[in-house]
Amino acid sequence: MFVLVEMTDTVRIPPWQFERKLNESIAEELNKKLANKVVYNVGLCICLYDITKLEDSYIFPGDGASHTKVHFRYVVFHPFLDEILVGEIKSCSQDGVHVSIGFFDDIVIPPESLQQPAKFDEAEQVWVWEYETEEGAHDLYMDIGEEIRFRVVDETFVDTSPTGPSSAEASTSNATEEVQKKEAPYTLVVTMCIIPIVSQSQWLILFLK
Amino acid sequence: MSCSRKDANAALLSNFEVFQLLTDLKQQRKESGKSKQSSGQQNLNTIMYETLKYISKTPCRYQSPETVREFLIAMKGHKLTKAEKLQLLNHRPVTAVEIQLMVEESEERLTEEQIESLLQTVASILPGDPEEQQRDSAMETEGRGSQ
Repeated sequence: MFVLVEMTDTVRIPPWQFERKLNESIAEELNKKLANKVVYNVGLCICLYDITKLEDSYIFPGDGASHTKVHFRYVVFHPFLDEILVGEIKSCSQDGVHVSIGFFDDIVIPPESLQQPAKFDEAEQVWVWEYETEEGAHDLYMDIGEEIRFRVVDETFVDTSPTGPSSAEASTSNATEEVQKKEAPYTLVVTMCIIPIVSQSQWLILFLK
Repeated sequence: MSCSRKDANAALLSNFEVFQLLTDLKQQRKESGKSKQSSGQQNLNTIMYETLKYISKTPCRYQSPETVREFLIAMKGHKLTKAEKLQLLNHRPVTAVEIQLMVEESEERLTEEQIESLLQTVASILPGDPEEQQRDSAMETEGRGSQ
C-alpha cells in the first residue's frame, strides 16, 4: 500500500527561522509542502521518512532566506496493481460504487466489475447484487458503511496544475457558467474480490468481510 | 512543484512500518509542544490522523519488528514474490480463499497442503486479535474436555 519515494527539492528557510536546527526547519517545510497532497505520477504523500543528504545552503542577493537542496525519502500511498485492500462503501451512483479508506476517497468500482447480475436501485440509490441459489434469488445490497475487499485494477493521474493565460482567455467566454468541474488528481479503479467458489457460505465470507 | 523524483519505487513499506513511523512522529510532536506548530501543519495533522486511524484497524497493530523478521524468514521456503509476502503480512489471512486472492495463479503454484502450511505459519507467527485468540483457545479446550 505504501512506498518510499526518493525525491530532491530546494527548501527555502526564511531568516527568522535561522535559530532553529536546520534539519527541523527542513522537515517542517517538506511536510508543509507535500503532506496530504498528490504528486503527479507518484501518489498521495503521507509524511517524511528521512533526509538522506543536505547540500550546502546558499543565500541569494535580494532574498535574505537560505536555500538548501535536500535529498529525502517520503512515505507515499501508491498501491501496486492487483493489490488487495479493505475499505468502506462511501456512496453509490450510476458510475459505480465509491469506496473510501479514510485517508483516500477516490476509489471507484465501475458497474462492469460488480458481481453480475447487478442493478442500480434508483429509489435507495444503492447497487444491488442479485444472487441466485437453488433456494431462490437473494438481494445483496451494497450499503453505505459496509466493509468491502477490493483489488486494484487501474490508476489515473490527472495534472491539476493551473492552466496558462491562453486557455484562460477561452474560458472567460464561459464566465457565466458555473465553476469548472474539479477533477480528482489521483483515482483508483478497482474491482470487487471474487473468485469462483463452490459453497454459498464462502461467497458470503468474501462479500461481508 | 519544483521537486524532482529520483526513484518512485525505492522500497515497499509494510503497514507495520508506516504505523511505527506515524506513532513515533505523533509522540515527537506531542513532546515538542504546540508552540512550534504553525497553521501550515494542518495537512500533516489530517493525513497522520486518518492514516493512523485506518492502519490501526489492520493486523499490523499487533506486530513487532521481531515478528516481521521471523515471518520473512519463515516465508523463504515458500517461493512467493515480495508483493505476495507483503500482502500476507498486511492482511494476515486465515482462510484458503484469501490466500488464493493474494497469490497469483495459486492453483498452479501451491498444492492444498502448501496452502494449509502457509496458513499455519501465518497464524502462528503473526499475532492476531488477542480476544479472538483467547476465544479460539477456550473453544478448543472445551472441545477436548467434552471428548
